[in-house]
Amino acid sequence: MSGWMIFLLGLAGIAAMAFLFRLAGQKATGDAPKFRDMSYGEAFGYMLAATLLILAVWYYFQPKVTEAGMANAGVVFFRWAVQGFLIFAAAAWLFRLLGRNVGTAWTRKLFRQMPLTASFGILVILIYAFVAIFAGAIAPHGQEEILGAANVIAGGDPALGGDPAYPLGTDQIGRDILSRLIYGAQNTVGIAFITTILAFLLGGTFGFLAATLGGWLDQLLSRAVDVLMAIPSLIFALLLMTIATVWAPKLGIPLTWFMIVIIAVIDSTRVYRLARAVGLNIVVMDYIEAAKLRGEGLGYLVFKEILPNATAPLLAEFGLRFCFVFLTIAALSFLGVGIQPPLADWGTMVRDLAQFINFAAFSPMAAVTPLLAAGAIALLTVGVNFVVDWMLHKSSGLKE
Amino acid sequence: MNSILRIILQRLGLGLLTLFVVSIVIFVAVNLLPGDFAELILGQGATPETVATIRRDLGLDQPLVLRYFDWLRGMLTLDLGTSFSQLNRVSNLGGGSDTTTVVEQIAPRLSNTLFLAAVTASIAVPFSITLGVLAALYRNTAFDRSANIFTLSSISSPEFFMAYVLILFLAVLNPILPSLSNIYQGMPFWERVEKSLLPALTLTLVVTAHMMRMTRAAIINLLASPYIEMARLKGLSPMRVIVKHALPNALAPIINVIALNLAYLITGVVVVEVVFVYPGIGQLFVDSVKIRDIPVVQACCLIFAAAYILLNLTADILSILSNPRLRHPK
Repeated sequence: MSGWMIFLLGLAGIAAMAFLFRLAGQKATGDAPKFRDMSYGEAFGYMLAATLLILAVWYYFQPKVTEAGMANAGVVFFRWAVQGFLIFAAAAWLFRLLGRNVGTAWTRKLFRQMPLTASFGILVILIYAFVAIFAGAIAPHGQEEILGAANVIAGGDPALGGDPAYPLGTDQIGRDILSRLIYGAQNTVGIAFITTILAFLLGGTFGFLAATLGGWLDQLLSRAVDVLMAIPSLIFALLLMTIATVWAPKLGIPLTWFMIVIIAVIDSTRVYRLARAVGLNIVVMDYIEAAKLRGEGLGYLVFKEILPNATAPLLAEFGLRFCFVFLTIAALSFLGVGIQPPLADWGTMVRDLAQFINFAAFSPMAAVTPLLAAGAIALLTVGVNFVVDWMLHKSSGLKE
Repeated sequence: MNSILRIILQRLGLGLLTLFVVSIVIFVAVNLLPGDFAELILGQGATPETVATIRRDLGLDQPLVLRYFDWLRGMLTLDLGTSFSQLNRVSNLGGGSDTTTVVEQIAPRLSNTLFLAAVTASIAVPFSITLGVLAALYRNTAFDRSANIFTLSSISSPEFFMAYVLILFLAVLNPILPSLSNIYQGMPFWERVEKSLLPALTLTLVVTAHMMRMTRAAIINLLASPYIEMARLKGLSPMRVIVKHALPNALAPIINVIALNLAYLITGVVVVEVVFVYPGIGQLFVDSVKIRDIPVVQACCLIFAAAYILLNLTADILSILSNPRLRHPK
């Protein structure tokens, strides 16, 4: 186990270096408060971070090709990861800079207070929205179009089995992967968006109704939601999708519509809980009482009095719910019961292309496509989560 | 003490009631399937005689309510019947001695899944609590921020993305761990741990964020209280203040989150098991869903729901026990 020995020796070396670093700092600065009060753990952390940084830089500049002439796949992937990270960080920073200088006073103020992660999230959401809306214009080929060559490797290098006409290669039956990734934005994101809106319409309406009317309706709905929430959502969705796969051809309705309704109903239970809780806090306010005394109807109460005051928590919940719905749809598609072919969809693409990951050591380009599809899902959910995290942090007033 | 017992019994009763209603929901949902199970079982080889036999054997000629109670009784006595794929083989190929019942199919799978959950929990829980304590100790530093970003990204990306990234780096590029978890019965313990390490690491990445953030938030919430101020003024080191004084009082929400994440580990493993071809109950469930093997799907669903309800219940009870204010309701 020499690997473990090296690891342990390295740790011991860092530990020794941390001690020396603190001592040297104290001597050099003449006991400046920063070094005088530094705990050993802090010094260890600095040294660990420095070591990792040096290792990363060293690894980054390793040659791409080993002496034996093989591609050094680890280095290639590491370079891509680092480059991707730096590019996204720079893009987010530039975007924030842009936001700070362009726009109304209100948006400028918003961007000034924004952490880099949140501006990254907003940038990602905007890019996805753009790609999803204009997919038809951006994509070089149709999503169902079967072109000549199957299994063309990404990268466009003919020597490695690529083709400049298909920069990301083609899939197992010869469809352009770049186009399918772009159309995937439209299908996967679009369907998730519709589903989330439906879930909010359902859950929000019933939640506010339960909060305003109370009584037996509240009891009935709340207990029904309790039962539905007692079944793990992915499991329940799978069970219902099994049933839907039988019904869909009989009724002549595409399976995707069943999926939208099933996931919307399952997720609306969570929205219901939130809407009811928020609504209950609002209905006891004086202005609701006043509106009731004025003789306003139920519709006015819900839409003009409760809804405007519940927007902030519901908006944050919308972001989170969208992520969950999006991940559920991706998981269902990955398991083979979600969005059905020939529609391009990222979950299905990951499942179809996953076996190419095993060739990564020999040909890094082959493993790129499944990771791109999975990464496309991850990037959007991470972006949305960053934005929601920032919004929640801002509105909760959590002071530390 | 008496009131605690009463609260626990109350919660248990509520949990049982929920489970009962859930079983009705699952049963009704499955019976919404159009057509006849008997024809579904026999597939191409259906003749009127065999259909009638199977219908009689399965009791499909009984009314729905009777069948439900029959199924429930079977569930309670661990007699889950025989899966359709097995029945199909028997009726089409003859021979009935080597059929396995659903219980025999599920039992080893369930123990595998529990094993995976145990391995994951024993990595994830200490890791995330340590990380949370460190993040609270060095709050608002570069370490805290990067831990925050890292965990938030890992919780929000899909499980299969994390799984494939781990496979790429730990199994394909650096062959340290096996990327397929071919586990069989009677495997030596450490070999089994090694084979299930990669799925366990994936799941660890998924559940760590929640637990770590809760640990951090719960500790930071307490840091403003006077007794922490006192401990600090006594001259204790920041580490000692947090571990000895803040952590015990922050345990209630942390335990709650751990229990919820364990529930996730048992029910949310479906995708991870499929990626690593791990022979657990999630994989069995997905396979049965694809071939519409109703008895197995029903049984798996009920097991998942029961595990979920039980762990949520445990979280509930533990948080009541650890908080004196909830122990003595007004």
